[in-house]
Amino acid sequence: MERGDSERIEITISSRFENIELVQVIAEHLCENAGVDEDGSHWIGMAVREAVANAIKHGNKLDVKKKVFATFELAGPELEITISDEGQGFDPEKVSDPLNPQNLMKTSGRGIFYMKTFMDQVHYSFHPGGGTSLVMTKNLSKGSGIASTKA
Amino acid sequence: MKATTRTVDNVEIISLQGKITIGAGDTQLREVITNAVNSGKTNVLLDLSGVTTIDSSGIGELVGSYTTVTNRGGKLKLLHLPAKLNELLHVTQLITVFEVYENEREAVSSF
Repeated sequence: MERGDSERIEITISSRFENIELVQVIAEHLCENAGVDEDGSHWIGMAVREAVANAIKHGNKLDVKKKVFATFELAGPELEITISDEGQGFDPEKVSDPLNPQNLMKTSGRGIFYMKTFMDQVHYSFHPGGGTSLVMTKNLSKGSGIASTKA
Repeated sequence: MKATTRTVDNVEIISLQGKITIGAGDTQLREVITNAVNSGKTNVLLDLSGVTTIDSSGIGELVGSYTTVTNRGGKLKLLHLPAKLNELLHVTQLITVFEVYENEREAVSSF
């Protein structure tokens, strides 16, 4: 696959932590096949890992009967990743800033920060009947590695 | 995640291998550190050269480990930080919290 091709991959997993890697590997392979280097693929895979982990833990509350839905859409250099859960949603404004000195020594709360660091855009939407969807986008032609991401 | 321990000059060197991720290694790290401090080991050096994958939960456990050891009056330092883990600590400014070493002898001497 070269940049300029289009691709759509969907995967549904049950809410088990051991399933996170399945989704992460898909992300990394999709990136590598699109010509992204190892570093760039790794950080995008990391963002996906964090998103899926949040969907399982915070969204679906580790209920294995609830699903996490992941969709990868690659159109030209634009990669759009959607991670959806069946949970009750949350208020993104209430997520603490891990860079605030008061939060530096907290043992949690860095997942969303990492997603925003590694991806170009991160948006949440909350469905009236339940469920949260996270959409992350990345322009794969912008360069790879954490240096090319915004903090 | 696997952890092997040895003592050098009153420093407990804990070598971690594998993943430190949510549901796989994160709680194991917590147990290893808890066992160490409960055994009176307050000088702890984490050798991270064998860590293959770490996520925000793993980072959180590193932070928790640091707090656990320092609350007991001890010190926790890091050895052989993999490049990607180093970057993760930098973007969250946690690199300012930990003392990081590339040489074991130098690390042990620093305690």
